[in-house]
Amino acid sequence: MAVKDFLRERFFPHLWCPGCGHGTVLNGLVRAIEELGIRKSDIVMVSGIGCSSRISGYLDFHTLHTIHGRALAFATGVKMSRPKLNLIVPMGDGDALAIGGNHFIHACRRNIDITAIVMNNRIYGMTGGQYSPLSGYGAAATTAPYSNIDHTFDVVELSKAAGATFVARTTSYHPKEITKYIKKAIQHKGFSVVEIMSQCPTYFGRKNKIGGAVEMLEYMKDQTTPIDSKAKAENPDLIERGIFVEKELPEYCEEYEKVIERAKGGA
Amino acid sequence: MTENIKFVQGNEACVEGALYAGLDFFAGYPITPSTEVAEQMSVQLPKIGGSFLQMEDEIASLCAIIGASLTGHKVMTATSGPGFSLMQEALGYAVMAEIPCVIVNVQRGGPSTGNPTHVAQGDVNQARWGTHGDHAIVALTASNHQDVFAVTVEAFNIAETYRTPVILLFDEVIGHMRERLVIPEPGEIPLVERLRTSVKEGVDYHPYLPREDGRLPMSDFGSVHRYNVTGLYHDMWGFPSDNPKIVHGLSRHLMDKIENNAHQIAMVKEYYLEDAEQILISYGASARSALHVVVSRRNRGEQLGLLELQTLWPFPAEIVRDRCRNARSVTVVEMNKGQILEQVKHAVEAPERVFLANRVDGVLINPTDIRNFLRVIQGRGI
Repeated sequence: MAVKDFLRERFFPHLWCPGCGHGTVLNGLVRAIEELGIRKSDIVMVSGIGCSSRISGYLDFHTLHTIHGRALAFATGVKMSRPKLNLIVPMGDGDALAIGGNHFIHACRRNIDITAIVMNNRIYGMTGGQYSPLSGYGAAATTAPYSNIDHTFDVVELSKAAGATFVARTTSYHPKEITKYIKKAIQHKGFSVVEIMSQCPTYFGRKNKIGGAVEMLEYMKDQTTPIDSKAKAENPDLIERGIFVEKELPEYCEEYEKVIERAKGGA
Repeated sequence: MTENIKFVQGNEACVEGALYAGLDFFAGYPITPSTEVAEQMSVQLPKIGGSFLQMEDEIASLCAIIGASLTGHKVMTATSGPGFSLMQEALGYAVMAEIPCVIVNVQRGGPSTGNPTHVAQGDVNQARWGTHGDHAIVALTASNHQDVFAVTVEAFNIAETYRTPVILLFDEVIGHMRERLVIPEPGEIPLVERLRTSVKEGVDYHPYLPREDGRLPMSDFGSVHRYNVTGLYHDMWGFPSDNPKIVHGLSRHLMDKIENNAHQIAMVKEYYLEDAEQILISYGASARSALHVVVSRRNRGEQLGLLELQTLWPFPAEIVRDRCRNARSVTVVEMNKGQILEQVKHAVEAPERVFLANRVDGVLINPTDIRNFLRVIQGRGI
């Protein structure tokens, strides 16, 4: 199946700005699914609110465009009621970790077989450039005109601590890694998180004087490095890319099957 | 055949009704005074292969059942005041995306944490207008456990018929009181099952195109039709749209499908109304005390009657207007500051003859309270 067979042409043109990193994520995601050979009708994509969340509408799966921050809660209901379906939940950084932070950590904790993709552009784009929990200390935003004093989450560390059994990170500068990690995340039995650092030249780039899309991609190339690289040893400030967690633990829907067995057995 | 008789709490009667209706997916979060609903679901559902989920909050609970409804399941959540407040955004989503689901609110005293273990009926208007934007809503209630069972079954039937969330607005007294419940035989109460599309694979399916009778056949997530569901205004494919014609059409459809069928959804119980000069209008636990007053006064020859509302929303205004036409006085008995009173005043021809008998202190309004109000209304002093 060709990549375009996954797209809903009726839905285009998309609403992302020129230079936005989210299209690269869409591309990598579709290629991952194509390579895995999963039937379109076996995939449910659930998203929340924000620029990133519009990704669901563009794709020819069962798509559920929900409310801000709650995508994982909706997805949990879909998965529990039909465990054979593949659940993919793309979220923005504000969607996943500000308003949706509680649902995020609890989905990690349950280890339910859902793939969460955090498209982290460190800003609220759709509302016009306010700081998010991922903007970081010192960032500029329309609601941080005198420099941001909020400290950032580390998506990888947060996911690990909350109990996700697959955690990876890459950037929109590294599209092959996007496909590779999303593939592994979908194949993983349990809750998987893929953080993809993405660029928002319209707001984050402009507000923080990083430049346009090209400069922001250069920035992601320069500021990241593979896990345990020599570069990291020399410069601890570099952000690591790669697979941080990949472990097998009982998956939630399978555990619930045991609950049913116990209830029916009267034990 | 022997009758299946149980001695249960109202919350359990609600669970029994839901299971009878075919519920097989429940998600909830513990909150007084509704917790027994979740507890019973956690016991019963795994036995029939159904799903019970305790989510991280009430928001997630309603979101999870909406997701499960889309895969073709009959779903429910249960909560009380503060949890119902948290659910309002997702409730609006279920209205907009037309997702069949049932939301139980066992009312306690509010606002805020309020009076958790005591009775109130203060969420009537919240059920109507809690979520933002113009919309229609269905809310049902009951005053005894047999009726709790029956309206719960009806809630599922209405949810499926109109593709809508339905609110069950019980109260602490009904939820926690124990009384007799006879479980009907299978088939005794008709059930409405999910209306699924007959459109074949490969043929364009329109998830949001109503049939001539107004109903919208669904397609389960996971089956052959892949479509978009959104809380945005959307076209017949479920694609977001801000086209004024589409926005207006959908807004009207969401109102009309409920309001135009208000007479079908209206459920009331009538006691001694034929010749009643004084009419009490009540619902839920308050209606038990109201009925007690009516029966005892009838025994003394007074022409009192009771109109018990089981459908609160859409408000059964036509029935209220008709039954109250010849009454000298109409007294609304409720445990709030007059939320149904206002509806009754709007509905009747003589609003100046409509009075309120209420209690808002967390104590069940009792027959003596009602009799005292009636003395004042009748000009017989306190």
